[in-house]
Amino acid sequence: GGVRITAMTKNCHNDYKMKFSVDDEYPDLTKHNNHMAKVLSKEIYGKLRSKSTPSGFTVDDVIQTGVDNPGHPFIMTVGCVAGDEESYEVFKDLLDPIISDRHGGYKPTDKHKTDLNFENLKGGDDLDPNYVLSSRVRTGRSIKGFTLPPHNSRGERRAIQNLSIEALSSLEGEFKGKYYPLDGMTDAEQEQLIADHFLFDKPVSPLLTCAGMARDWPDARGIWHNDNKTFLVWVNEEDHLRVISMQKGGNMKEVFKRFCVGLQKIEEIFKKHNHGFMWNEHLGYILTCPSNLGTGLRGGVHVKLPKLSTHAKFEEILTRLRLQKRGTGGVDTASVGGVFDISNADRLGSSEVDQVQLVVDGVKLMVEMEKKLEKGESIDGMIPAQK
Amino acid sequence: MVLNIQLHIYSTDTDYYYGTWFLSNKNDVKNAAHSHIIFHLCLCSAEFPDLRKHNNCMASNLTPAIYAKLCDRATPNGFTLDEAIQTGVDNPGHPFIKTVGMVAGDEESYEVFADLLDPVIKERHNGYDPRVMKHPTDLDSSKIQSGHFDERYVLSSRVRTGRSIRGLSLPPACTRAERREVERVVVDALSGLKGDLTGKYYSLTQMTEKEQQQLIDDHFLFDKPVSPLLTCAGMARDWPDARGIWHNIEKTFLIWVNEEDHTRVISMEKGGNMKRVFERFCRGLKEVERLIQERGWEFMWNERLGYVLTCPSNLGTGLRAGVHVKLPLLSKDPRFSKILDNLRLQKRGTGGVDTAAVGGVFDISNLDRLGQSEVQLVQTVVDGVNYLIECEKRLERGQDIKVPPPIKLSK
Repeated sequence: GGVRITAMTKNCHNDYKMKFSVDDEYPDLTKHNNHMAKVLSKEIYGKLRSKSTPSGFTVDDVIQTGVDNPGHPFIMTVGCVAGDEESYEVFKDLLDPIISDRHGGYKPTDKHKTDLNFENLKGGDDLDPNYVLSSRVRTGRSIKGFTLPPHNSRGERRAIQNLSIEALSSLEGEFKGKYYPLDGMTDAEQEQLIADHFLFDKPVSPLLTCAGMARDWPDARGIWHNDNKTFLVWVNEEDHLRVISMQKGGNMKEVFKRFCVGLQKIEEIFKKHNHGFMWNEHLGYILTCPSNLGTGLRGGVHVKLPKLSTHAKFEEILTRLRLQKRGTGGVDTASVGGVFDISNADRLGSSEVDQVQLVVDGVKLMVEMEKKLEKGESIDGMIPAQK
Repeated sequence: MVLNIQLHIYSTDTDYYYGTWFLSNKNDVKNAAHSHIIFHLCLCSAEFPDLRKHNNCMASNLTPAIYAKLCDRATPNGFTLDEAIQTGVDNPGHPFIKTVGMVAGDEESYEVFADLLDPVIKERHNGYDPRVMKHPTDLDSSKIQSGHFDERYVLSSRVRTGRSIRGLSLPPACTRAERREVERVVVDALSGLKGDLTGKYYSLTQMTEKEQQQLIDDHFLFDKPVSPLLTCAGMARDWPDARGIWHNIEKTFLIWVNEEDHTRVISMEKGGNMKRVFERFCRGLKEVERLIQERGWEFMWNERLGYVLTCPSNLGTGLRAGVHVKLPLLSKDPRFSKILDNLRLQKRGTGGVDTAAVGGVFDISNLDRLGQSEVQLVQTVVDGVNYLIECEKRLERGQDIKVPPPIKLSK
């Protein structure tokens, strides 16, 4: 008979590659400026190139995006991705130093704290809505038992979509909502999602496409959101799930509560199917890009700071508060009308509550500084110590 | 005893996939009801790409049964079916332009995935059946007749093809080491060319700014592919490592290294002397082949498919012979397309594929690649372009033109 079970096999292409020397396979990184290029010596490459994870992901797969995208003289990209949960173990000799560089010296022996208990957040419900226009918390989650977007097959992606639809469609109350598959929404639905700024499109950034994350687009990709449009989930974009809680105004407390409650409800359903979220006590939540390990959380606000943002000490204040600024279009955009996107800079080594607390406290302080500057007063006495 | 079992598999969404499974003995029939055969088919149907909105040769020919049969296979280098078809899955195509939608990762792809590639080849190459036909190779340029065009009409003449180095994987699959080896083998061979073919190699990673500017001015420089047809097939990986351009001092013989194929070989010159262009083409190719053979290498070639290249559309001769020709009156005649079709020619704008014509100047070249030899295809271009020029002259004189009868494709 001619039947074989499709099994996870070792990547025989990698065995074939081993007949070439390390020198011949080692990438040319002389013009590169990313974390991977800084760390990947010929020695490390030589040690790792014979390995592959159980699903067949190899070091060449990990680094391809960093080889293809030399980077920018000023902006340091990560330059590598994980293809599955095991990548972080099999390729630790490469990924641990990168994680340390990217996450403030985080050591291979460090433990990451997870805290999704919204009641531990102090304040956050009194940010001045004249300045804070909107509040948002996002994170990612990976579903255990499946490989990640750089590596996963159509079958896996579809299974992730199906599990996600099941989990999300069981939500009730303020979480009741609807799923819109990318390849199946009506024109009217598409226009509404664009108007709501919910629709995500096929990645064009070579950082993502060179890592293989746009394969088979738009198969098994989609967007779910609740009827209130305050809780949104992206399925199979850069991670298995991206979860976003948001609303207009400055009530970060409410946003964070919805975020925590929603995540926990979803996780219960995935766990019932023996497909909980990827997590471990060293790296926290496991995501595709090493920059998103730990909490994977970016909590932020759109806030009007026209005076403070032109103050000489603005950057220093942000650094001390452990915050970062972006334009209101998100990463790599410029600010418009003095309105900035201010969010936590850290991901790994502090908890969700810790990181959102920093945003709440830091933004409150900066709004007070803005008001002082409006009155023509000095803010020198308000400059915070390094957090 | 061979039994034909037909199973209807309901996949996890609303579509279902219909599969045919061939079993070779009675025990297998009993086992057919067993979970493992259903499981395998279910796994395959869960992986089968959604091609409902697609219009390319791969999508037209890939059935769930073929997918189930081939999806577990890999070439000896580890290239898989999913990798071969990825570009066609990611690029649904255009309602009017039918792309191929798949690539080979190595020479063996054409054998291991023959169940899909043979029908794709047949569709793309006008019924050429690789299972039974043989492809003729003929690089004897002395056979070309009337190969010097009226230079009041023909501005330039060009012949290009590709060649792959046997034993090394193709651009969608090659490792950095293999790509560097292709570069070493080819550059080493080219350094042995003499006389009018003496030339120099410019590596993309090491050329000076001055060299780069000169190559741009000469229209020789190729850049990192941006077309998703190529990038989705993995051909731009590790750019610009081991990529480069070689050309002779006279700038009439040019070779691209590690772009869309291991090598692209181009002979060209201003004016209408296609015969001389083709003569240099054949001579240069044969000389390069001799030089690599001296070093123990050879080109990928077999009598079923001719020269083996990355894209199935370039099999056979891989040859595009063409001219830039002024046809302002003929191009406005409503019979222009039909005349080209019957002459087995295609038109492009003067920027190459997917560009528009400027000032009534068109790029006219052969449509076919496989099933006809190099000499036959170049003669077809020579005869066809001469006919087009005759039509243009007649229209200039106010005379009428005739649509020629269609050329029979010799099989």
